[in-house]
Parts: sequence; C-alpha cells; structure tokens
Amino acid sequence: MEDKHQWPLYEVFVRARGGLDHKHVGSLHAADARTALGSARDLYTRRQEGVSIWVVPSKAIVASDPTETDSFFEPAKDKIYRHPTFYEIPDEVKTL
Amino acid sequence: MSASVKKVDAQALFRYVLRLGDLSLVLGQRLGEWVGHSPALEEDLGLANIALDLIGQARLLLSYAGEVEGRGRDEDKLAYLREQGTYLNPILAEQPNGDFGQTIVRQVLIDAFQLELYQRLAGSLDERLASIAAKSVKEVRYHLRYSAGWLVRLGDGTDESRARVQSAVDSLWPYTVELFAEDDLDSSMADSGIAPRLSEVYAAWSARLDAILAEATLQRPADRPHAWHGKRGQHSEHLGYILAEMQYLQRAYPDARW
Repeated sequence: MEDKHQWPLYEVFVRARGGLDHKHVGSLHAADARTALGSARDLYTRRQEGVSIWVVPSKAIVASDPTETDSFFEPAKDKIYRHPTFYEIPDEVKTL
Repeated sequence: MSASVKKVDAQALFRYVLRLGDLSLVLGQRLGEWVGHSPALEEDLGLANIALDLIGQARLLLSYAGEVEGRGRDEDKLAYLREQGTYLNPILAEQPNGDFGQTIVRQVLIDAFQLELYQRLAGSLDERLASIAAKSVKEVRYHLRYSAGWLVRLGDGTDESRARVQSAVDSLWPYTVELFAEDDLDSSMADSGIAPRLSEVYAAWSARLDAILAEATLQRPADRPHAWHGKRGQHSEHLGYILAEMQYLQRAYPDARW
C-alpha cells in the first residue's frame, strides 16, 4: 500500500554537457513524473549544472543487496586477466 | 532604428515600460512571500525560481524605463522609492496569495498573458524592449509549464482541490479584463510598432486559457465589465502592504548596500 500522504520519490540524473553520461545527483518527492522533471530542473540545475535531466521512480530501481556483496563482487577480485593491462600499447596511439 | 520609433513621446514610452516592469516586480514580490511557507520544499524552490525570474525581468525593464525617462532614476530608485499611485501594474498582480491554488490560478492567468505579450514584443521596433522580451519569453514559457501543470492537477484532482481552484478562477477572472483593456497609451504604443495590439494578445491568451481550463476540468467564468485601473496607478489596498514590506529597507536606510 502506497503512502497517500507523501508524494512518491524520484531519483534525478543530470547530464552536465553533451557527450557526457547522466549522473545521479539526488532525489526528490513529486506527485508525478512531469512535476518531478520540473522540480528536478528547479532543484538541481539552478546553477547551469545540466543540459538534460532524467527522473526515475525510485521504486523502479532494483538494487543489489548489501548482504550479498561477497558473492556478488568478491569473485571478480582474483581475475586480474580481465583488465586489459597486458597489452603493449604502440607509441603512435595517443589517446588510449 | 526606424523613424517611427523616434517620434514616440519619451514620457509615454516610460509609462509603458513601467507597466511591464511593475507587473513583473509586484508579482515577483508576491511570490517571494511563499519562500519558507510552501506546501513542499520542491514547490518552495519552484515558486522562488519564478519569483527571481520576474525580479530579473523587472530589473531590465525598470533600468530601461529610467533611461527613457532621463531623470537619473535607476532600477532601485524606481522600484524602492516610488509612491503607490505611480505603480502601473494591473491589479491582478497584487492580489493576495491565498492558498496554493489561488497563487497558481493568478500565476496561470499572468504567465499566459506575459507569454503571448512577450512573444509579440520580441518583434518590437524598440530594439531594447525586443531584446528584453526575447530573453524573458523563455523564462515565462517555463513559468506557464509549471503553473498550468499544477492547475490541471488541482482542477482534475480531488473534490476539495477542484472546488478551491474553481473558486479562485471565479474570484480572479474579473481582474483579467484590465490586462487587455487598451487605453490611449496602449494604442499609441501599438500605433508606433512598439507594442502588439492587446486585442491580438487577448485572442491568443483566451484560446490558451480555454485549453488549460478544459484540461483542468474547470469552468471559464463570463467576462464582466471591469473597473480596475492599476495600469493608471489606481490600486487596491493590497499594494500598499506589498510596498511597505518591499520598500522598508531603502526607506529606513537610504542607499543601503551589501
């Protein structure tokens, strides 16, 4: 049962410039997605922080469980061969 | 600059620009009263943002008015050191905030007016007014998105929210007539290509309001003859209280700065 006395929570993502990723900047309460977008503009882009905003209902986010951190993330630790650090990089390649 | 602009009487242009500037100034001051009192933090910031946009417009317009007048009055002198009878905003702008719904209704009525006015003013033969309008129209388009969005949600909301905003529409509607009542000053500005015809602004505003009210499932009241003359400096008692608060600091500490 949803709490009718509190607007639902939305997570706000802002893209600082064209070409960059949207970054999570915070959250806010709003009656619906359209007002969430307006409030996100007023709260998080007051100082020209962005050129694009995403709002996502917080309840739509499925998060990993902190108690499962061991099984989720530990197994990657000893697989250093997955990091592309064993390649010789030619001098001509500048921007890698 | 076209020849027709040069013929315009400076005093008339001064008064016309004051009308525009005072509308933004008084409405911005009114909205500022919500800061710290809004129903939610998000709306507190939303309303404050709109208020600051309006104060910004007022600064540009009053600065220009002062230059046109040519008596050395800057934006601060015009905003803070005038008497009530020389403010030329329409009475609608000074109406009390009431509840959140009443503030939203007042905002929709004025946002739609400013949007239609500024869109046309951006093509003014007066280059300065045209550039101020071109900058402001982007702000006002957002203001209307905010206010109309809320009006739809409140109108098409619960029984109580709907009853409250319908009552606000009914009580504020008569004041809109003044916005479009074209007097000699408005006519002379339109004749010189400085301002649009108010009848044209009204037609666009009216269509916009019909659409918003329909979406909000609210009734449009009938127009009634108006007896409001804020544009000529005759105001309701409300403006006095606004000015008392707004002007207190400059009156008590002339030329105070920080």
